[in-house]
Amino acid sequence: MAIAVKVMRRPTRQTSYLRATLKGMALTFAHLFRRKVTMQYPEEKATDDWALSSRWRGTHRMLTDEQGRAKCVACGLCPQICPANCIKLVPGEDEAGNRYPLIYEIDEFRCVFCGYCQEVCPEEAIHVGVHYENSEYERDRFVYDLERLCAQTHPVSTLWDPSDPKGE
Amino acid sequence: MTFFLIASIVKLLVVFHAIMVGVALITWLERRVCAWMQDRMGPNRVGPFGLLQPAADGLKNFLKEETYPAAADRWLFVLAPLVSFVPALLTFAVIPFAAPLPTKWGEVPMVVADLPVGFLYILAISSLGVYGIVLAGWSSNNKYALLGGLRASAQMISYEIAMGMSTVAVLLLMGNVTLSDIVARQQGSIVQWNVFPLALAFFIFLVSAFAETNRVPFDLPEAEGELVAGYHAEYSSMKFSMFIIAEYSNMVTASALMATLFFGGWDIPFWARDNQGPWTLGLTVLTGLSFFLKVLCFIFLYIWVRWTLPRFRYDQLMALGWKVLLPLALIYLTVIASAIWYLRDQLHWTYDARFALVMLGVNLALAVPLFLVLDRGRLVAGSVERRRV
Repeated sequence: MAIAVKVMRRPTRQTSYLRATLKGMALTFAHLFRRKVTMQYPEEKATDDWALSSRWRGTHRMLTDEQGRAKCVACGLCPQICPANCIKLVPGEDEAGNRYPLIYEIDEFRCVFCGYCQEVCPEEAIHVGVHYENSEYERDRFVYDLERLCAQTHPVSTLWDPSDPKGE
Repeated sequence: MTFFLIASIVKLLVVFHAIMVGVALITWLERRVCAWMQDRMGPNRVGPFGLLQPAADGLKNFLKEETYPAAADRWLFVLAPLVSFVPALLTFAVIPFAAPLPTKWGEVPMVVADLPVGFLYILAISSLGVYGIVLAGWSSNNKYALLGGLRASAQMISYEIAMGMSTVAVLLLMGNVTLSDIVARQQGSIVQWNVFPLALAFFIFLVSAFAETNRVPFDLPEAEGELVAGYHAEYSSMKFSMFIIAEYSNMVTASALMATLFFGGWDIPFWARDNQGPWTLGLTVLTGLSFFLKVLCFIFLYIWVRWTLPRFRYDQLMALGWKVLLPLALIYLTVIASAIWYLRDQLHWTYDARFALVMLGVNLALAVPLFLVLDRGRLVAGSVERRRV
């Protein structure tokens, strides 16, 4: 025996197959002429109602001073805070006693893009960037050295500010 | 004789290539229309408006690996795509697609083969296509494919009957099975297009044609949710493509049939010049265009319905076929035969616009109660609910 199923008694307008069909057809037809939401990606990277957030955390950028030198003072806070342990820093010191990074490398494959390095940096030197097009032909190219980090030009992330959670 | 042979070969090549190119463009159209209905843009990268997308798809399919399931019946496995592909193209041979073309050597009818038994030929050939699907399901040695094949055969048998019955009404009214004569008899005025005197037959034919071509909402043979991909689950590469081409050629043929049987074929409405000779080249082109537009409308309807309706459940499919369409077609046939007998043999009317209008009235009188009953949500409803009624 078949299992007894309770069937709800509904008004005709809810159960009518023909009416539902015609309604559906009208709906899909109306959609033919609606504005399309597709963004034509390589040509179009932002539309009127969508753009990459200014809080986006992408690949890093090192800011430089007026002489074009990295702002980094090799304090060692960013490798200390980095949860993925992806920053390699070897500090050096010049004749005037200024500390500077001898080696500063970020392995972007290890990076989890948490943005702690930017938050912790006392000199506002290292930043995560508003950027997402990172493809390379070789794995080695994903370890960004100091020269490359300084050469990046994309905008830097504003990060999330707990005192201003909506970014206003 | 030589002229006949040459003309036939030329027509054959032209029609074959027109269908193959048409099928390619329909796959493009389907993807574009689908995308538009979902507020997307669809393929627009390859060539202007993405028109070369089918070429890219075809190239991809040619370069892919041919796979054979270890336990497959290899001979049937290779044969199946062919068996489903060839009848789809064969059917188109008897459909007249334009007014005759006058040449220096005589008139060339714009139909590949003007068979006297045209319509019977279509019924015979079009049901062969299901063998391809059943064989594909069987030879794959895969339970999902087999279930898909089984469903295809059951569905084809159920709806073939209703389809045949609905067309008997056309044959009764037209008194002929030659398709070019059926077209000629619909040319008087627009109400003489069979869709008006035989509106319900068209409705039954339309529903059955959707079922025969395995299109949504009748695409149970390839219901991907339950049967993976149904009968073509084990196919790859060009053999898979053949099934798709077959499906789309079937759509073209079914659309052309609907245009020929119910929408006056290549007749141009509200214009008497195309009804009889002398034929000219311009007339051939214009009527061909008219036929093309009618077919295109039905193709669009196919696509439109596909991206709107959900699929039937298997028992709903069977119930619709056997409990609704078949009795409906039988009753309808009786009424139509009586009406034709009364008008033609008792009142001695000839077939003209008045005759057609009276038939249209009969159809409307039948349609109103029919759609009221259908609209109660009873006939195509849940199995339990149906038992209660």
